Amino acid sequence: MILVLIDHDQSEIDPLSLRALTAARKLGHEIEAVAIGSDGAQLAAIVGEYGATKLHVAAHDAITDYTPMASGRALKDLVDKFKPVAVLAAGSPRGNEQLAHLAAFLDIPMAAECSEITLGSPHHVLRARWAGNLIESAHVHSELLVATLLSFSVEAESANSGVAIVLTFEPALEPADSIVKVLSRDSGQSKAGLTLSDAKVIVSGGRGVGGPDGFGNLEELADLLGGTVGCSRVVTSSGWRPHAEQVGQTGTKVAPDLYIAAGISGAMQHIAGMKNSKTIVVINTDPEAPILRYADYAIIGDLHQVIPALTSAIRQAKG
Amino acid sequence: MDILVCLKRVPLAGGTLILTPDSRDIETKHLGFGISPHEENAVEAGVQLVEQMGGTLTLLTLGPSDAEEQLRSQLAIGATRAVLIETDGQEWDPQGTAAALVDAINSEETKFDLIIFGAESADSAGYQIHIRVAHALNRPIVTNVKAMKVENGVVSCERVVATGREHYEAPMPAIVTVRDGLNIPRYPSVPGRMQARKKIVDMKKAEPRVPKLEKVTLALAPSKDKGAEILGKGVDAVPALVEVLKQIGAL
Repeated sequence: MILVLIDHDQSEIDPLSLRALTAARKLGHEIEAVAIGSDGAQLAAIVGEYGATKLHVAAHDAITDYTPMASGRALKDLVDKFKPVAVLAAGSPRGNEQLAHLAAFLDIPMAAECSEITLGSPHHVLRARWAGNLIESAHVHSELLVATLLSFSVEAESANSGVAIVLTFEPALEPADSIVKVLSRDSGQSKAGLTLSDAKVIVSGGRGVGGPDGFGNLEELADLLGGTVGCSRVVTSSGWRPHAEQVGQTGTKVAPDLYIAAGISGAMQHIAGMKNSKTIVVINTDPEAPILRYADYAIIGDLHQVIPALTSAIRQAKG
Repeated sequence: MDILVCLKRVPLAGGTLILTPDSRDIETKHLGFGISPHEENAVEAGVQLVEQMGGTLTLLTLGPSDAEEQLRSQLAIGATRAVLIETDGQEWDPQGTAAALVDAINSEETKFDLIIFGAESADSAGYQIHIRVAHALNRPIVTNVKAMKVENGVVSCERVVATGREHYEAPMPAIVTVRDGLNIPRYPSVPGRMQARKKIVDMKKAEPRVPKLEKVTLALAPSKDKGAEILGKGVDAVPALVEVLKQIGAL
């Protein structure tokens, strides 16, 4: 049996967890899911549809929101009881963090951001390094494989299976396990209420935008396409846009249907965060910009002219 | 307050990576070295806290003896002293690295109030050493911190997630990992560089352990030039792009 950690925010599932479930199904074992927090029980239908037969729900008074060390403890309790062959999660900041707590509790290795897993003795993985530019082939010497999945490399596919059976349990938390937890949150959502991870369309700007004022045109285009604005690292480190909008290895990794990169040259760490987008359109004055290698379509030109012209052409096309 | 920042020497690869003939490492003959981006923010945070509250800032790294170069350049920013755990030059796996860091931290006379790591290393991205260290030292850990404040023995932290900002607190002694954006790392001043030459770098040795996460080989990720269709130049290409957007269903 393989356990897959399903990450959720107050029962709102992280879509990357569905990709992780899809990848786990290919390993030829029964799949059971784990959700941390009693509100995770609401995910029984969706994890069932993506192939989990059971959904273990860790419920405890001390788990009121994301509590990473408690997640590690709850996973350890399940490992001790059910002896899975592997525990997997999405290779998101949360997935990596919670499984690292599990691996630390058990003092066994963990392989992060795996694109391929072959179970065995030892287990064999391919994992992403250097912002996805290198693939490491590695052996994992441990009976239980703890690994996170390079989740954007797999599309979520429904298994068309039924609702998972919910099995609620109370993890044996130590007091130290729940010291660090989310105490409160501020919503940082964009005007349209869209976040980078959810958006189907992202209009992203880089150094070429020239300053904070230049983003007005990008916002207008993003609104028109029902999307949101993103940016590169230089933009946030110059203080032109908030850090929450940064796309890349050091920001948010995204894979929207349409990614428009305007005035972004394509540093390795930016590419790592957007290269899995379905369609990539580049607007750049430099025909040699590295980002062009990842683009499906490109316009060689000044974004300050092209974007307003594009916005008005789309308005016309929409009538 | 006494602070420890953990660093890692990494090659400064530009746009292209080249592997060694045995495909086990990056060819670094023609590369300079630095530290991972988030770690520059970690050192800056440590320097700022010591400026505000007094105390000491110690740097710790595990790596080849050449990593002294990275320690000296960060000592120039304002750290007090540094410790280098010298390896054989081979890459250690996360468990081995964490164990050696823990031994070094435990052998220090100073009991650090706060230990700061960068959120991830540029090269190996294993996402676990900081958590293993926290478990071994029995300390609370907050990761991926983008804003931080120390008050009354508590470090309060903000983490940026897709839906906004999350707030965490941890009683000290604690561990945090920080991300790019936490602050703007300063450049070393000339007097800072002069002083750094005289600061103490303690050299330690540690025995490598048999790796449990054992690297076999590295390969370059298939670099698929998607062969972008150039729609044209400037505003003249806009109608062609509108057609593309219609085809892919974006309009």
